[in-house]
Amino acid sequence: MSIGHTLLGLLEAGPRHGYDLKRAFDERFGQDRPLHYGQVYSTMSRLLKNGLVEVEGIEQGGGPDRKRYAITDAGVTDVEHWLAQPEKPEPYLQSTLYTKIVLALLTGRDAARLLDAQRAEHLRLMRALTERKRAGDLADQLICDHALFHLEADLRWLELTAARLGQLAKSVGA
Amino acid sequence: MTPAGSLLAGTGLRKAYGPTTALDGAEFSVHPGEIVALMGPSGSGKSTLLHCLAGIVRPDAGFVGYDGQDLTGMSDAERSALRRTDFGFVFQFGQLVPELTCVENVALPLRLSGVRRRAAEDRALEWLERLKVEDVRTRRPGEISGGQQQRVAVARALVTRPRVIFADEPTGALDSLNGELVMDLLSDAARKAHAAVVLVTHDVRVAAYSDREVVVRDGRATDMAGAI
Amino acid sequence: MTGPRVWARDLAMGARFAVTGGREGWLRTALTAVGVGIGVALLLVMTSVPEALEAREKRASAREPLSAGTPMAAGPTTLLFQPADTVYRGRDIGGALLRPEGPRAPKPPGVAELPGPGEMVVSPALARLLRSADAELLKERLPYRITGTIGDQGLVGPDELAYYAGSDRLVVRGPGTSPPYGAARIDAFDRPAWPHPMRPELKVLVGMACAVLLMPVAVLIGTAVRFGGERRDRRLAALRLVGADSRMTRRVAAGEALSGSLLGLVVGAGFFLVARRFAPSVSFYSVGVFPSDVVPCVLAAVSIAVAVPVGAVLVSWFALRGVAIEPLGVVRETARGPRRLWWRILLPVVGLALLIPPDGKAPGLYGGWITGYQAAAGAVLLMAGVAALLPWLVGAFVARLRGGPPSWQLAVRRLQLDSGPASRAVSGILVAVAGAISLQMLLAGTWLFLPVFKDDGHGPVVTAGRYLPSGGDARDLTETFRATKGVRQAVGHITFEASRNNSGGVVSVAVADCATLRELAELDSCTDGDVFTGPYARPGMELSLPSRGREKRRWTVPASAVTGTRPREDSLGRGGVSGVLATPGALDTRGLPDVSAVVRMRLDPSSPWALEYVRNTAARVDPAIDVFDTGFRPKEEDTDYWVLLRSLPAGAALTLALIAVSLMLATHEQLRERKRALATLSAFGTRTSTVALSVIWQTAIPVVLGMALAVASGVALGWTMLTLVSRPVKDWFAFLPVVGWGLGVIALITAAALPTLWRLTRPDGLRAD
Repeated sequence: MSIGHTLLGLLEAGPRHGYDLKRAFDERFGQDRPLHYGQVYSTMSRLLKNGLVEVEGIEQGGGPDRKRYAITDAGVTDVEHWLAQPEKPEPYLQSTLYTKIVLALLTGRDAARLLDAQRAEHLRLMRALTERKRAGDLADQLICDHALFHLEADLRWLELTAARLGQLAKSVGA
Repeated sequence: MTPAGSLLAGTGLRKAYGPTTALDGAEFSVHPGEIVALMGPSGSGKSTLLHCLAGIVRPDAGFVGYDGQDLTGMSDAERSALRRTDFGFVFQFGQLVPELTCVENVALPLRLSGVRRRAAEDRALEWLERLKVEDVRTRRPGEISGGQQQRVAVARALVTRPRVIFADEPTGALDSLNGELVMDLLSDAARKAHAAVVLVTHDVRVAAYSDREVVVRDGRATDMAGAI
Repeated sequence: MTGPRVWARDLAMGARFAVTGGREGWLRTALTAVGVGIGVALLLVMTSVPEALEAREKRASAREPLSAGTPMAAGPTTLLFQPADTVYRGRDIGGALLRPEGPRAPKPPGVAELPGPGEMVVSPALARLLRSADAELLKERLPYRITGTIGDQGLVGPDELAYYAGSDRLVVRGPGTSPPYGAARIDAFDRPAWPHPMRPELKVLVGMACAVLLMPVAVLIGTAVRFGGERRDRRLAALRLVGADSRMTRRVAAGEALSGSLLGLVVGAGFFLVARRFAPSVSFYSVGVFPSDVVPCVLAAVSIAVAVPVGAVLVSWFALRGVAIEPLGVVRETARGPRRLWWRILLPVVGLALLIPPDGKAPGLYGGWITGYQAAAGAVLLMAGVAALLPWLVGAFVARLRGGPPSWQLAVRRLQLDSGPASRAVSGILVAVAGAISLQMLLAGTWLFLPVFKDDGHGPVVTAGRYLPSGGDARDLTETFRATKGVRQAVGHITFEASRNNSGGVVSVAVADCATLRELAELDSCTDGDVFTGPYARPGMELSLPSRGREKRRWTVPASAVTGTRPREDSLGRGGVSGVLATPGALDTRGLPDVSAVVRMRLDPSSPWALEYVRNTAARVDPAIDVFDTGFRPKEEDTDYWVLLRSLPAGAALTLALIAVSLMLATHEQLRERKRALATLSAFGTRTSTVALSVIWQTAIPVVLGMALAVASGVALGWTMLTLVSRPVKDWFAFLPVVGWGLGVIALITAAALPTLWRLTRPDGLRAD
């Protein structure tokens, strides 16, 4: 999961302090794994260096936590690109996909398209596996089947999520 | 009328059954020898799309073009004739005529097109062999397993050497292994015969046998190739 | 719970299923009720027929004059009664002239006040006829003033034409006059109904006819309680899923059948009440029936009320035989054993054996070795056997069929897989058709009465006969008729029967002048004083002429008599010459008592009323003159119970129509079962006509086989029935119209199936899954 892209995505809604960013992240994605503040700080400095965010202002009193960050145009393009890029189908993909969907909803992007793209990616891999399985021996077949069943599970989750997009949009307040 | 190079294409297809809209401007095309999966949730209109493309149902609006002909403009008799000669069908269940033996069931489409009984049954037998169910040829559908029934149905769909095969949940009533066997045989046979397949399924593992996937939602079809 | 309570609970549940379950459920129950109701109504009508006939017979005998065996003196309680029946334009009018001899003279039933001289009381139907426009000549014949109406209790039926007229000229029958002539002196009506036993062969026929009609009714009721069987089975399966055991499902099924048939009983009673209002238009002896006479006997009504529900329950259980209702659905035992032939053959063989006399000889018209019950049982067994034979026949036949076009193949394979339902449905038609064919033959066979005188185009020939108690000649009477309007030619002679002295036996004698005799027979020459003989007399034969008292008048046929005289085929004489023809010079009939004057007349064919003028003349001269229309073809059904039989083919046709309706429903259900297969067939381009053709084949194969069987057995049964009453088969092709009805049924069923077929072969069938 890319924390940088997630934080960038959160900034799309408007400029925030580093501390607010951490809280927003924890609230939506960090159920059992809250971000360390240091992680936020290092990520933000990397993004600053790459020109994806800028510091909009520093409040009186100094200290790193007082900086207000805003996303740059390059940052928006980067988020865009990240969301549109289907994830490589692999086990335990859900948290990344979930993050992407929520961010898409939050930033007013088409989450259904995102899901469709992911479906197509999954199916492409399934086709390849099916092809390999049909050409291969029994060991190949069994291995491919294992992968196919996992992919199928992902795809089912994608289907279900697609069917529940409206509900999700409401619950994330987008 | 049809996208370049496509064998069968529907544009702007609309169809309503009473107050229910089944298709709402669906687009679809398939190229010769291509296997396309039609996916989508229940009630999304994928079966209706298949029926429109196959000329079984006349859409309320839109066109279906097949090999340079306007299917929607044809009379019922012309469409029936086309279905006999150029199309093949595999459905989920209950499709074999229960009174006829398997070889007679497979020979039926040929006989409907006027092929003599002996010749029709010889060809039917070849297809039963190709689908590895030649040993049930004299049995009736009620006496064989669901997987065998479905293979007989595939043989029946292929026996006329159709250019398009329409398969609506062909493995819907089968377990994984039998479903896989049927799909293996169906896709192999279709590729060897260079027949296009329109495959309606909700099972992604079945859809994985396709070259391309089209998702139908709320009566509209989205080509997944374009979504990437 | 105890046994009876379990039963009550399950039956009640079944009854609830019968009436709940939405529109579909109601429709099914209503169909069952109507089907059973029609059957019940038919049964009630059938059992009412004997009752109705008896009621009529009772009233008919109640108005017969009761004369004491010994001569009676005139007194305050006596009445002179002379029958004066007549015919008007082919309709019989019963009438009598009455002359009370005292204040307490008896009144016929239905008559409140005896008519005075020149007055009459009439039945309502006769009053209507007299008021109508074309009754002028009848008014002339009955020149009496109408003073009253004959009440229903004095009439046999509502449309009976009857009158009683008062007369002051009646004279009592003298001593020595033969019974039918002259007035009788009576002091009471209501002659005890002397047993009017049905002739034995009629009993046979009525028994067979009822059996023949009963079978289709039974088939109809059986079919009706099976309506919607598929759905019922599925419902029972659902009950099994929630824990009912198989015995419980059977009880629930019984409850359903029971409530349907009980409802059917009520509907049937209603139909019966409506149907009997049409009784007046059903004629027995050309007189309609009073609706109030149509009442089933109590025993029959009770038997119907018990037998129909019990039969319905048995049928529903029988239908569940071979069907295992499991919690997850209905399992039909497809792999049934091969159909056994022996008992199917046995039934009709035993039936025929019951019908054929043991010595192989027909019993003749009055032979009576066979009872009605035996005949009925034989006919029922024959019919049932035929019905049972059909499934085997269809099965054996289709098993040999091969090849053919796809529609044929579809139908044949379907029948090979299970021809049971198709042939079961058809066997209903079969029984009705076989029964109707045999009755049709029977009726054609009984239609044997030929007119005495065939119309030769020169005008109708009628005969008038007048009894002459004290002899005389026919000259005056002949003149009177010759002067009547519409009469072209009239010849009269005197006739009587003379007994042969030595051997017993009688010879008929006709006396007339040469001109008249030439009209009656082929004569080479004739002069007054000649005598001619026919086949039953010869010269030298001694005859006793009619006489009063002990003294006998003898007369010997002269040796000079011309023998071998034959009647003239071309004129008025047909049938007239069997004994002696004599001229007045050879035999004087004046003073010879108890002879009759017979006048043969040829009427003007262009005058449609000629016959009525003749009758009017006759009535004026003497109401007792009998005018006989020799060209009239008497209807046998007017003279006996044949009308019962005549109405039966109509009943069979009705039953056939009902069975057609139930077959249509069965076809509809069968098509719906095969919805998916039909829709798939149409998806890969099958023409609807191919499927429709297969439906036609599928119905036609069993129906054609059934028809062949029905024709064979119907002809056999009809032949047997005719043989029993010693009649030749007159119309071997009486079955043709019935076969027409059967083919009509196939057409009807197929036509009715087509809309369903169109609907099912539309791809909607693919949709709903």
